[in-house]
Amino acid sequence: MNRQQALFEYLLRLGDNALILGQRLTEWIGHAPALEEEMGSANIALDLIGQARGWLAYAGTVEGAGRDEDDLAFQRDVMNFRNVLLVEQPNGHYGDTIARQYLFDAFHYPLLTALSACTDQSIAGIAAKASKEAAYHRRRSAEWVIRLGDGTAESHAKLQQSFDTLWPYTGELFALDEVDHTLRRTGVAADLTAVRREWHEHVTRTLAGATLVPPQEGWMQSGGKQGRHSEQLGYVLAEMQFLPRAYRDARW
Amino acid sequence: MQDWPLWEVFIRSRRGLAHKHVGSLHACDAPMALANARDIYTRRSEGVSIWVVRSTDIIASAPGDKPILFDPSEDKVYRHPTFYEIPDEVDNL
Amino acid sequence: MYSQFVDTGVERMRCAEELPELERAFQDKIDSDIKIEPKDWMPEAYRQTLVRQISQHAHSEIVGMLPEGNWLTRAPSLRRKLILLAKVQDEAGHGLYLYSAAETLGASREALIEALHAGKAKYSSIFNYPTLSWADVGAIGWLVDGAALINQIPLCRCSYGPYARAMVRICKEESFHQRQGYEIMLALCAGSAVQKRMAQDALDRWWWPSLMMFGPPDAESIHTQQAMRWKIKRHTNDELRQKFVDQSVPQADYLELTLPDPALKRNEQTGHYDFGAIDWSEFWSVLKGDGPCNRQRIATRRQAYDEGRWVREAALAYGAKQDRRRAEFS
Ligand SMILES: [Fe+2]
Ligand SMILES: [Fe+2]
Repeated sequence: MNRQQALFEYLLRLGDNALILGQRLTEWIGHAPALEEEMGSANIALDLIGQARGWLAYAGTVEGAGRDEDDLAFQRDVMNFRNVLLVEQPNGHYGDTIARQYLFDAFHYPLLTALSACTDQSIAGIAAKASKEAAYHRRRSAEWVIRLGDGTAESHAKLQQSFDTLWPYTGELFALDEVDHTLRRTGVAADLTAVRREWHEHVTRTLAGATLVPPQEGWMQSGGKQGRHSEQLGYVLAEMQFLPRAYRDARW
Repeated sequence: MQDWPLWEVFIRSRRGLAHKHVGSLHACDAPMALANARDIYTRRSEGVSIWVVRSTDIIASAPGDKPILFDPSEDKVYRHPTFYEIPDEVDNL
Repeated sequence: MYSQFVDTGVERMRCAEELPELERAFQDKIDSDIKIEPKDWMPEAYRQTLVRQISQHAHSEIVGMLPEGNWLTRAPSLRRKLILLAKVQDEAGHGLYLYSAAETLGASREALIEALHAGKAKYSSIFNYPTLSWADVGAIGWLVDGAALINQIPLCRCSYGPYARAMVRICKEESFHQRQGYEIMLALCAGSAVQKRMAQDALDRWWWPSLMMFGPPDAESIHTQQAMRWKIKRHTNDELRQKFVDQSVPQADYLELTLPDPALKRNEQTGHYDFGAIDWSEFWSVLKGDGPCNRQRIATRRQAYDEGRWVREAALAYGAKQDRRRAEFS
């Protein structure tokens, strides 16, 4: 794998994480538990999809094959998506969505902060802007974790279950492969060990504040970053990509 | 089930300006009230600072008190600079 | 419109001498364009009519998120997805501003929403039609938001302060809704034959329901007279409808789309467009609950509300705990 290929892969990981999680959040619009929550989740989805545009447009440039953000978003199949499995997991109930969001936000913010110091100026630029958004996302989702964890007996039990179910998807966030190694040498990729440290600290603190028990460490899922996904992603893409695929040459 | 408590939202639109009442929202606690205010009332860069106050904590004057509270100041015209007649030739007053 | 049929509870207009003293002072204020604020004295009928009108309006914004929300996950480009998301989010905000305005009149949001879910409250008939293609998102922005704007601009000057202020904010936000819809139509009409057909089909389905949005002719109605005297309605339904037709015809012409009304013709004498008869039986049946999507819309809203109850309860319980903790601490 040469540097350009690694960079392209890396950008797809960043872009696809934001895109798929943003897409999942839009499924809530019109169905959120409170009007105020409609506004909040829409804002987060807007941030994430906006970030995805930035990453994917740059990925297209790096690839140099003339693909733009929409080609990359709408014309790739499951095996060519590079998001982590966590973000493609179904919305479930609101507690599941909050737990998924928080586990991702707690990773996303330190990752983007690290990338704002990236030697690649385009990455640093997108990351600097996105990290402000991610800081807010993390604060907001952490507050919700605490509210639901320390709310009623019902919400406590539900949220504990959400974390237990999603926990096996967190290992992949920090797994290193050739892409990271290739880019680490030139100071492009973030140091995932440091990101993991901050993630772990923040998650431990938040779960304690929420009176939740940290899930047992054990077997972890993997594969999303290399294009081996769960069954969920195909359905997400089928819905998201329907129009550009049904009308091949149309402009919208 | 009861609604989440009601909060009043005040936004400073630019540095140098005072906070101004912009509306209300429901939230279960103060951090949520701030987050919701941000998500609802500053989506178009309307603000640089937010205050939220529980609606029940606001003490308001009664509309019926207008005559006793505010009418008495109406005839105190000497409080306004236009009350005084100064010859045109005199500057800096 | 978003509140298409509001009962003022009034059976007969009274002249100034007939009004009790408080009410006469109240009407004097309105006549001299002094705004009414929440704690001011107001006739019970005024308060109730406003709650009805504002909550119908709020319900329309919230239910109105659903037909377009259908297409959020299927928007054909990332740019379109962001625009539509921001737009639908605005509608949630509008609902929120309006419920807040109703709350200043002593209504509770919870109770208003429960009335909607119980089928006891009305909302605009327009949102009971299905969105079948992407072009429907264009047609809704162009026509439905366009019609809404015509109705809402005069309400920025309505007599009740919190309602007027909410409308000012809403109209400011609305200004991009119609434009993004028209832009979708422009792209479709400049596209392939299939896309153009999609646009025409959407226009064919949304045109008449859009005209119905303004409500039945009401110049003769006692409720209109009363609402106008209270300045919570500023033009008759037919005046607003005519304005909408006049502005839409050249817009459709520019798109080279055909409005589905053979009787549509410019009247040289009046300078307005004459148009065909509206099928009011369809309007009444949709308003009463028998439109293509009435049942689904309410069921969807009710489901979201019911499934979210444990979340709202948990947050409430957490907030109460926090209050207790703070009280113990100090
Ligand atoms: Fe609206
Ligand atoms: Fe709108």
